[in-house]
Amino acid sequence: MVMEKAPAFSTLAIHAGAQPDPATGARATPIYQTTSYVFDDVDHAAALFNLETFGNIYTRIMNPTQAVLEERVAALEGGTAALAVASGHAAQCVIFHTLLSPGDEFVAARQLYGGSINQFNHAFKKFGWTVAWADADDISSFEQALSPNTKAIFIESIANPGGIVTDIEAIAKIAKTAGVPLIVDNTLATPYLCQAKAHGADIIVHSLTKFLGGHGNSVGGVIVDCGTFDWIGSGKYPTLSEPCESYNGIIFAETFGDFAFAIACRVLALRDLGPCISPFNAFLILTGIETLPLRLQAHSDNAAAVAAWLQTHDKVVWVNYAGLDGNRYQSLAKKYCPKGAGAVFTFGLQGGYEAGVNLVGKVNLFSHLANIGDTRSLIIHPASTTHSQLTPDQRRSAGAGDDVVRLSVGLEDKDDIIADLDQALAQI
Amino acid sequence: MVRHLNRPTHSVMNHDAYSDRYILDILNTHKIIAMVGASANKVRPSYFAMKYLMAKGYRIIPVNPGLAGQNILGQTVYSRVTEIGEPVGIVDIFRNSEAALAITKDAITIGAKVVWMQLGVRNDEAAALAEQAGLKVVMNRCPKIEYGRHSGEISWAGVNSRTISSVRPKLAPRGYQHRLIRSSD
Repeated sequence: MVMEKAPAFSTLAIHAGAQPDPATGARATPIYQTTSYVFDDVDHAAALFNLETFGNIYTRIMNPTQAVLEERVAALEGGTAALAVASGHAAQCVIFHTLLSPGDEFVAARQLYGGSINQFNHAFKKFGWTVAWADADDISSFEQALSPNTKAIFIESIANPGGIVTDIEAIAKIAKTAGVPLIVDNTLATPYLCQAKAHGADIIVHSLTKFLGGHGNSVGGVIVDCGTFDWIGSGKYPTLSEPCESYNGIIFAETFGDFAFAIACRVLALRDLGPCISPFNAFLILTGIETLPLRLQAHSDNAAAVAAWLQTHDKVVWVNYAGLDGNRYQSLAKKYCPKGAGAVFTFGLQGGYEAGVNLVGKVNLFSHLANIGDTRSLIIHPASTTHSQLTPDQRRSAGAGDDVVRLSVGLEDKDDIIADLDQALAQI
Repeated sequence: MVRHLNRPTHSVMNHDAYSDRYILDILNTHKIIAMVGASANKVRPSYFAMKYLMAKGYRIIPVNPGLAGQNILGQTVYSRVTEIGEPVGIVDIFRNSEAALAITKDAITIGAKVVWMQLGVRNDEAAALAEQAGLKVVMNRCPKIEYGRHSGEISWAGVNSRTISSVRPKLAPRGYQHRLIRSSD
């Protein structure tokens, strides 16, 4: 039967990309644990290598389990195509490898996951790519950071760890005027809470490891092509708009239209750099996504209850959760994340660095570890861990000062979550 | 980007979006396609589309005045749609939007059933003429991509097919990496 009405989010979370297996009828997506695929004939093999036809060659470039995951995320984000890779960091590397050449620059919000700040400042320097930092709380700083060599703007929709909600539309306008794509890391919000494409994102990136997978069992990353950027009209991105030497001179934007960016990421950057996702991880993440709408609503509701409780505690100096009344990001959260402000936020303790280090040693239900977006509640003191390689100034501006504790509120009963924090706070 | 030419104030049908049923009906019914703007250059999108659709069992008749009398993928090239001496189901236009009007008039002349304009090609005046003559019209779409969407093949590349289905996809006789499109029921 042909469906005439576009399916809603919850339906897509379960069905997008996943028809029954054509060879066996298996209804759950099989784990295609294979390196390679038999060609149907000699012409078919040649056509695949020339990108003339769709199909599978080698799991470093594509895999049928991975493909279901990709289509699922593309559908949930409203994009034209997606590419899943080994991690969120790999996804960023592949995106910039496709967009930039040595000597190029990009502008990024200072309020990012600490690992991204390191990647942009240090690892990317070796590729000859330079980051110019801007301030998500000062939109004009993005314009000031632009140069003639700027090729992209990068932001997080909800920034990690600070609980900052970024004004995506305002920054999208600046990107449009500058003629560069806006890349939005939508990891903390997920497409359930924030539809970044509708607000002007051209490329969306996720760490699949977090809320999309959602169970703390698999590392992965994904790139979503929103199909909104005119690569040929721009002319600033030769990988997309010029004949490609390694594919007999095809022009990606001409051949693949509004999903050219995703294809170029796959058949150039992923093919040549190699950070592919394992089919088993793709399967686990895919299974996690089926319950994304239920989980994210429960995560977000639990986080709102925990944040409200923390605000009343006398050892807590401040709570930065955009879902709280009076929070400076509340209006942005209502606009960009109307169903809830997510499950990751920070609060400040009396007693600064020492108190933070102490607290993470006293919890019993919360796990002290460097991840977010698990079913379990998680806690970390960023200044001594995830953000410890940054300077004190960088830590403060990233929302990871000495007194800051970050929570990723899980799916346990909210009273149990609060009771654990209560007993831990009583001991410091 | 699509240029909208001579968009009439009232259109016979909405050409901003097509239902899956409409596209499937066309691709399941008409198996002979005249491809205007067919190219012998092996990296041009029209060459890719011609080769792909031939592998799916369509007969493709290439039309290109610059290559008339030569062969592309073993098929004789005609200078103009009106030179083709056999019934044609779909006239697929791989030319710019301006050129689509004259080609559409030729399609009407030879009794083709569908005028199909490629991605980026749209001419509403031509569409209205064709519809008045009883032809179906598709604009700003690629038959290769549409076939890939409805067979599930395009999903192998992580592309959002914008279709969901609990029905097992149909394998084509040629092998496991070839699928058939769904019926339009």
